[in-house]
Amino acid sequence: MFGRTFWGQTSPWNEMERLRREMNRVFANLSATSESRITPGYPAMNVWTNEDGAVVTAELPGIDPETLDIAVVKNTLTLSGEHKPLELEEGEVYHRRERGYGKFTRSFQLPFNVEGDIVEATYEKGVLNITLPRAEADKPRKITVKAA
Amino acid sequence: MANEKELNIQETEKQEIAETGAERTRSRLAFVPRADIYETNEAIVLVTDMPGVDENSLDITLENDVLTINGYVETAYPEGYGLSYGEYRVGDYERSFTLSNKVDRNKIEATVKDGVLRLYLPKAEPSMRKIAVAAG
Repeated sequence: MFGRTFWGQTSPWNEMERLRREMNRVFANLSATSESRITPGYPAMNVWTNEDGAVVTAELPGIDPETLDIAVVKNTLTLSGEHKPLELEEGEVYHRRERGYGKFTRSFQLPFNVEGDIVEATYEKGVLNITLPRAEADKPRKITVKAA
Repeated sequence: MANEKELNIQETEKQEIAETGAERTRSRLAFVPRADIYETNEAIVLVTDMPGVDENSLDITLENDVLTINGYVETAYPEGYGLSYGEYRVGDYERSFTLSNKVDRNKIEATVKDGVLRLYLPKAEPSMRKIAVAAG
């Protein structure tokens, strides 16, 4: 009976294993946060690239897409807009206020020039998605070697 | 930056869920959505930022006094592209709130627009009546 509980589901080895996992998680989190502390600005962006261009995504919940300003000059993308605070009426009080608000501007330099005329942006479920095709003149040229 | 003073976006980083107590069954990243809660005369209103969530990927349950919001996010990566610079991660959302008895459970309304969930929790009519005691 004693042996069974000792080696069964609640064995100290399981408990140690759980502790080890928990420690790993704590330390992984620590390094992750110290890394992301250098996040240069708002909004946070993810940049996806291939040889034909780039896709930039950003999470911007609750924004009127009409008020978003996206500008592209050569290889620089500038994104600005505003998170409007909630409009509370007289007598309404906050219990909790965690969501950020205010104006933001962020510039981002891409590793190539962008064909500014055909940049496309979509806004869905609070996620902005900008497709930036690489300028034709800027694309790498393939050089064929002729046989002498 | 010139706009720094106007900017009140305190944190850009998403807060990952801390696994205390029950673990999640889905082995995915999960974040605590930021929330604003305010009280009006008629209701308590809860507004949470959950980018990537729509009306079909939200699960809101009320059990006993605990209101739980679950938002499932489909990670759609642009096809044919590779991530070359990443600042944020995509995952589900989960958060629970304890409600007071004041809320009328049958009249809770939830709407979601542009990744922002708005929960309207109307206050219940007081079921207990205060009895005034008159001096005899």
